[in-house]
Amino acid sequence: MFAYVVKRLLSGVVVLFLISMSVFLLFWYGPSEPAQTICDRDTSNRCTPARLEVFRENLGFNNEWYEEYGTFVKGVVAGREIQFGSTTKFQCDAPCLGYSYRTKAPVFEEMKTRMPATFSVAIGGAFLYLAIGIPIGVAAARRRGTLTDKALVSSFLVISSIPYYLFALLTWLFLTITWEIPFFADTGYFPITDNPAKWFSGMLLAWLALGAFGCTQYTRYARGSMVEVLNEDYIRTAKSKGLTSNSVVYKHGLRAALVPVITIFGIEFGTLLAGTIFTETIFDIEGIGLWALEAVVQRDLPVVSATALFGAAVLIIANILVDVVYSILDPRVRLS
Amino acid sequence: MTITSPSSPSSTTSAGDVEGPFLQVEDLTVTFPTQDGPVQAVKGLSYSVELGKTLGIVGESGSGKSVSSMAVMGLHDARSSEITGSIRVGGTEIVGLAESRMRKLRGNSMAMIFQDALAALHPFYRVGDQLAEGYGIHHPKASKRDARRRAIEMLDRVGIPQPDRRVDDFPHQFSGGMRQRAMIAMGLINDPSLLIADEPTTALDVTVQAQILDLLQDLQREFNSAVIIITHDLGVIAEMADDVLVMYAGRCVEFGTTKEILTKPEMPYSWGLLSSIPEVGASTDARLIPIPGNPPSLLKPPSGCSFHPRCAHRDKVPGDLCVTQLPELTSASNRAGHLKRCHLPNPQEIYQTEVLPEIAPDLAEETR
Amino acid sequence: MSQDPNAKVAVDASEIGANAAETGERDLSHHTDVVDDHEALEEAPDFHVLAEQGHVATALDPDAEPIISVDNLKMYFPVKSSGLIRRTVGHVQAVDGISFQVPRGGSLGLVGESGCGKSTTGRLITRLYTPTGGSMMFEGQDLAKLSNSQMRPLRRDVQMIFQDPYTSLNPRHTVGSIVGAPLAVHNIVPKNKILPRVQELLEVVGLNPEHYNRYPNEFSGGQRQRIGIARALTLNPKLLVADEPVSALDVSIQAQVVNLLQDLQKEFNIAFLFIAHDLAVVRHFCPEVAVMYLGKIVEIGDRETIYGQAHHPYTQALLSAVPDVKQAAIGGRRERIRLEGDVPSPINPPSGCRFRTRCQFAQEICAKVEPPLLQIGERHKVACHFAGELGAHPATPVTTDLLAVDDQGSPVPGATPTNKQLTIPGYEKTWYDLKSKQTTGA
Ligand SMILES: Nc1ncnc2c1ncn2[C@@H]1O[C@H](COP(=O)(O)OP(=O)(O)OP(=O)(O)O)[C@@H](O)[C@H]1O
Ligand SMILES: Nc1ncnc2c1ncn2[C@@H]1O[C@H](COP(=O)(O)OP(=O)(O)O)[C@@H](O)[C@H]1O
Ligand code: SF4
Ligand code: SF4
Ligand SMILES: [Mg+2]
Ligand SMILES: [Mg+2]
Repeated sequence: MFAYVVKRLLSGVVVLFLISMSVFLLFWYGPSEPAQTICDRDTSNRCTPARLEVFRENLGFNNEWYEEYGTFVKGVVAGREIQFGSTTKFQCDAPCLGYSYRTKAPVFEEMKTRMPATFSVAIGGAFLYLAIGIPIGVAAARRRGTLTDKALVSSFLVISSIPYYLFALLTWLFLTITWEIPFFADTGYFPITDNPAKWFSGMLLAWLALGAFGCTQYTRYARGSMVEVLNEDYIRTAKSKGLTSNSVVYKHGLRAALVPVITIFGIEFGTLLAGTIFTETIFDIEGIGLWALEAVVQRDLPVVSATALFGAAVLIIANILVDVVYSILDPRVRLS
Repeated sequence: MTITSPSSPSSTTSAGDVEGPFLQVEDLTVTFPTQDGPVQAVKGLSYSVELGKTLGIVGESGSGKSVSSMAVMGLHDARSSEITGSIRVGGTEIVGLAESRMRKLRGNSMAMIFQDALAALHPFYRVGDQLAEGYGIHHPKASKRDARRRAIEMLDRVGIPQPDRRVDDFPHQFSGGMRQRAMIAMGLINDPSLLIADEPTTALDVTVQAQILDLLQDLQREFNSAVIIITHDLGVIAEMADDVLVMYAGRCVEFGTTKEILTKPEMPYSWGLLSSIPEVGASTDARLIPIPGNPPSLLKPPSGCSFHPRCAHRDKVPGDLCVTQLPELTSASNRAGHLKRCHLPNPQEIYQTEVLPEIAPDLAEETR
Repeated sequence: MSQDPNAKVAVDASEIGANAAETGERDLSHHTDVVDDHEALEEAPDFHVLAEQGHVATALDPDAEPIISVDNLKMYFPVKSSGLIRRTVGHVQAVDGISFQVPRGGSLGLVGESGCGKSTTGRLITRLYTPTGGSMMFEGQDLAKLSNSQMRPLRRDVQMIFQDPYTSLNPRHTVGSIVGAPLAVHNIVPKNKILPRVQELLEVVGLNPEHYNRYPNEFSGGQRQRIGIARALTLNPKLLVADEPVSALDVSIQAQVVNLLQDLQKEFNIAFLFIAHDLAVVRHFCPEVAVMYLGKIVEIGDRETIYGQAHHPYTQALLSAVPDVKQAAIGGRRERIRLEGDVPSPINPPSGCRFRTRCQFAQEICAKVEPPLLQIGERHKVACHFAGELGAHPATPVTTDLLAVDDQGSPVPGATPTNKQLTIPGYEKTWYDLKSKQTTGA
């Protein structure tokens, strides 16, 4: 298993390389020129060709892209110096992902401060939707074919056909604006280390939106998987031993039914991350999703590239974790 | 429609048991409501098995063998099936019994072992834990260590080498034969009085099949349990069963002692089964005569005798009785306790003079 | 996870124009909504007609020329280690040096416990696998040496019938396109002639030719197997490898299919390599039988010899394990030879005789020297140092002179082994007589 994880991590690094390289190519051959953007901003739209040339030179856009990519990689590994304009020089420590064109802050530092918010949203939301979705799915599977089951399945189908941003927006509108529920008024990220209660209440609405939406899908996955498992021969064996129907379902059924659900979870982790972009935007949470969105709008390419790398890294790690959990659940799977 | 048999078939070969047969099934009907209409998988089935005796049930796939024995174990979901008739296990009526009481019987005084042990054992749990679980549930006072010890003891009993080591293996680490042995160990862990083996050797090699059949016989002798063995292999029946029940389209079509059924069958479907299997010891002049056509649809069962669309002897029945009227399960001509469901007036004669010379020319010579 | 050998076949099967085996859903109702059989039975079937159609066991034609001659065929599958670098750490010796012939228009049965290499042999002959060694002479060409493109025209002549009628037909293709696919692939008949040929084939295998437009799931197991047979027949093969063609079928349906195969064999003069683990079906279908154990043929001979006077302890054990209806019906069962334990791993097979770990007659020589597959009768070969009829195994090894070893299997100094190739594919005119320990002839 250890060898497997190492192997997967190595291939993950290769993937990150490829992603960072393609983002880098975007800097050079993308639709807008970064030097122009920075020049415009730093000179309050009085960018002259001469000043533009200085920005180009300093940002390295006059070199070949692969030379600069080498510098970037070196920065990630060992840190480097970055120069904006003619005078300002910054020391960027490893792992250096560059400086934000907009705020002039080191990207990695900013990412570090924003990460807890994003993880709070994603982990809390995922926890909620699994914690709600799986039990409901299992309950529906046990009652499959009954009215309860059919009502549940069709109503959840309706919810999950609404686009998520619309769903989140409506949640926010109704809960905070229309009904003015005071508890939800104060959304946003407050560090858990400062004030856990505030952190909780700030996150709650985001979690509810993400959880309520995601749980509808996971209810369906869990239901489908459980229905299949309950038809397996080994479930019949468990029944024929004289076990109670609860231990048949939860001990023998659930563990097997979780395997495909967790696989889907791994595959859909990207959707969850995309979901955090909307969630953070709508509920005003200073996380990486919101940051990425702003960066795209502002053409802040170092941030765009850093957030893309962040997303990819999280996806890779999540998938390795899923495989490990998978092999723990199913002893037949040997990771190699 | 239910046809009550004049005498319900029962294993009468043993010296009279005071308490009567351990398992008594009477007029059992199992119906599944489906989208296309109700499916009657078992119709008016009656039989009984005494302690120490083995009943063999044969028939094509879909003839209701598994459904009827799963009804005995109470394994049908009450919401998607309808069971009528009576099933008494050790005097307790099972049909309509509360689930909580049913649970106490299941795996305890009656147990079932299934075909395809790989699918029937949970892939995620250790073999030993699966066995111990079955013990623990019916011995609430037993500790985990007791249950484990019992599991090892049972694995040893069914002939798994190094049981104290293999107890911690997962099912996929066992060979096919060992898995079936583990399955048997699991069935027998609480010394059940009734053991139902549903095609216990179907997917196995003949060598392994022989081992498993020997094991089942030894165990039965040791525990004096009543055994039902379900199979479509007449060879297995011949070696294992005291009595044979032939099923077709959900009904019993012939019943009798194994020797009677295999040597003097009186129902064309039983003839068909015998004539469609080649044998290692038979004469090479024996013909392989298949049963034409396919098993009938249970949604639209044939009128009259369910076997009539495939029966090659219905021209010997006067009129169109076979098509219009369901034959009753009546005593066969030769012997009490041998029952058949067929309109033929002289089945013995037809079998001896027409069927046997084709499928076993050597035997036909002898009896002539 | 271990490689599924069947998955490999699925891919390869499509290469030869057959349809990839796809996992069709096996629904509950599969036997309730099937298409009516061609022999729609409005009329009562007549027993005498039926009996006429039923066949007795196929007889042997001792003079038939071989259509395929397999010599010392080997297939080793590499076993990879786990870990970062996947090295080959051993080989599964699935088939290890087997030789046999299939007569033109005749059938050879291949029996043995699961995992002994029967299917692998079948897949080698149809070249779904490329052999590790040995030769397979077919119509003057060595199939083992041909490249895939050289093999293509020959695939017409060598076809395969698969075991599972539920998964070997693509559920998304109509019966017509399944049966006609080989014609289209090999460009044999013009497009507008395909349908008539398909209908003809369906008729031949006893299906309604009007049903060419239906999908496999509308047919019952036995009917699907007929479709598989029709597909194999499309190109007029000379040799059919039938891998457990009836194992997945109900008993009554098995007989239908066996009879059909016998009909087809007679009508089109097709040779069969018939693989099955059911010894009774093999006995009925095949006048000659080879018994395999752990990648080797341990005994081969004609039906009467193998089933009546088997000389190998494994064949004897195998036969004694088969339940016998008539025997039991008359009373009592035969004495059974109990085989203890499981088949050993083909990665590390036992030294000497591979059966020795389970053989009740095994002695020192069995661990030291591999017994050669020795011809001991006109059509009978056996690989055992103590070959003999049941209950009459000799006390001393019969092979010592031939192998130049003593009774314990140690080489005798100075003695030379009889210089004779012991594993030719067919039979010689002269053979080694066990009683006289002399070479004799007919
Ligand atoms: N839950 C169910 N709902 C509807 N029909 C069912 C159900 N279970 C079984 N049946 C039908 O009942 C009939 C008898 O099934 P059963 O499993 O007893 O056959 P069997 O004789 O055991 O066959 P096999 O040899 O294939 O196991 C079949 O036609 C089957 O399709
Ligand atoms: N593709 C493969 N890779 C590795 N081992 C294989 C492969 N195919 C077959 N084997 C092994 O070869 C042996 C013979 O297999 P097979 O011919 O399928 O047996 P059977 O006699 O049941 O048909 C078995 O031990 C099997 O596990
Ligand atoms: S009742 Fe008629 S159709 Fe049925 S088995 Fe007897 S002869 Fe055949
Ligand atoms: S060679 Fe030896 S071990 Fe092998 S079968 Fe003969 S007696 Fe048994
Ligand atoms: Mg069944
Ligand atoms: Mg095989």
